[in-house]
Amino acid sequence: MTGHGLLIIGSSQAGVQLAVSLRALGYEPPITLLGDENHRPYQRPALSKEFLQDKITKESLIFRSAEYWAEHRIDVVKGEYIQSVTKRADGSGVAHSASGRDFPFDRLALTVGARARRLELPGADLDGVLYLRQADDALELKARTPDASRVVVIGGGFIGIEAAASLATLGKQVTLVERGPRLVRRAVGEPTSEFMLSHHRQQGIRIELNADIEEIVGAEGRVQGVRVNGELIPADIVLVGIGVIPNTGLAEELGLAVDDGIVVDEFAVCSDGVTLAVGDCANLPNPIPHSPAGERVRFESVNHAIEQAKVAAYAITGREEEYAGVPWFWSNQGELKLQIAGLSTGYDQMVDRSPADPRKFSVLYYRDGRLIAADCINAPLDFMIVRQALGAGVDLPAERVADPGVPLKSVLTELQSVAETAVSAHAPIPAQTTGK
Amino acid sequence: MSKVVFTSAAGETREVEANPGDSVMETAVRNGVPGIVAECGGSLSCATCHVFVDDADLASLPEMEEMEDEMLWGTSVDRQPNSRLSCQLRVVDGCDLHVTTPETQV
Repeated sequence: MTGHGLLIIGSSQAGVQLAVSLRALGYEPPITLLGDENHRPYQRPALSKEFLQDKITKESLIFRSAEYWAEHRIDVVKGEYIQSVTKRADGSGVAHSASGRDFPFDRLALTVGARARRLELPGADLDGVLYLRQADDALELKARTPDASRVVVIGGGFIGIEAAASLATLGKQVTLVERGPRLVRRAVGEPTSEFMLSHHRQQGIRIELNADIEEIVGAEGRVQGVRVNGELIPADIVLVGIGVIPNTGLAEELGLAVDDGIVVDEFAVCSDGVTLAVGDCANLPNPIPHSPAGERVRFESVNHAIEQAKVAAYAITGREEEYAGVPWFWSNQGELKLQIAGLSTGYDQMVDRSPADPRKFSVLYYRDGRLIAADCINAPLDFMIVRQALGAGVDLPAERVADPGVPLKSVLTELQSVAETAVSAHAPIPAQTTGK
Repeated sequence: MSKVVFTSAAGETREVEANPGDSVMETAVRNGVPGIVAECGGSLSCATCHVFVDDADLASLPEMEEMEDEMLWGTSVDRQPNSRLSCQLRVVDGCDLHVTTPETQV
């Protein structure tokens, strides 16, 4: 040990949580939390929602006060882009920034996140073609919004829909174009996509699916519109939200295994056995109980960044703690509050228990007869009960949940009390073997 | 300035200076008050900023909206008549608040 402590590259959700969790666990060595943006560590989710709609200020995006960082001896460095890293076999080394500063470390954690996928189309570099990933992207979009009346959003994923809904709320004429057959295909089931489509169309957003997006059209370097299915849709702003690419450059340079993200084990440790990778950039064994053996996943979510950072903090302090809880996601789209518990990928059965209220929606997903996920819109209680059930390993049988008049909470409570009775009848309870 | 006094389930008390207009949740998280998780950052999506408000302070609070009310039925520690989600509580200038955090949020 050389007394340099831990260097965390990336000061977004995963990096912040790692630093905070380490101090909570009593980790004593120095911690440097380094980010390449010229902002104090901030929360991203609101950039496409409340922040874009001017409902909250920049200040409320800030994770922690300066006093907090000082009191916990976490050295927060902003505006330093790490270009290369020299690392020794024991995991220590030096990171070199573009501005010429060196950051020595005893151990390295990569919480480097992901970057917006760039549009590859004629006209994609015109002025007025914007992205929405970082605070600076959001600030630029906000600065241009007052002078714009027509916006074309390219991409029907979460960012595209959230931004489209926010911009429509601000009175903009919004068109959303998506190459695929439905909205948020990667993350929600078909009925959820349908519900969102119908709602946002009713709100006046024009949505084109299966769109052949041909080119961005402009004059004198400025964007004027997007040619879609042969039609020129006029636009003062074109906002592109077509997914992200994990930042794996440093990991590759370090010789770490990379495969759609930086490959880590269940304890967030990279292939060199010492460096850690956490958050959007990490490719990990699927932590969800009952998932196929050997399956690997990469999550892009706040909840994942937090949970995996906790696992990594334990690993750094010498404890092997497995990932707790089930992944969950949220997306606020104008009047729609979508909450997702679990992953519906691979479902073979679904139960629609949407209440009569047309603003609400609730569908539970099953695979091999077992509850795996729920998509809930403006139905937060269903979401929370499914999340609790999945977290507790309690199955909510499909035949018990179909009636929206029956609260899921009562089903869960009943099944849990049955399970407790069964456990107490089979004493002694086997000891945990994972060192918890 | 105002202050928010947080009491943990174990009875430990922490007093934090708060900016008027900020939420009680933000005040807690920015200053590292344990017992408030707030994964969603205040967008009323996670119900992990549940607090019990001192009865004396209850009358000064705004009424809860339907979404907060519904989410409170799904908190980890069961709701009480004085339960609120602290992301929905704004600090008012010159008005101190006293809240107790539940044993767990998740």
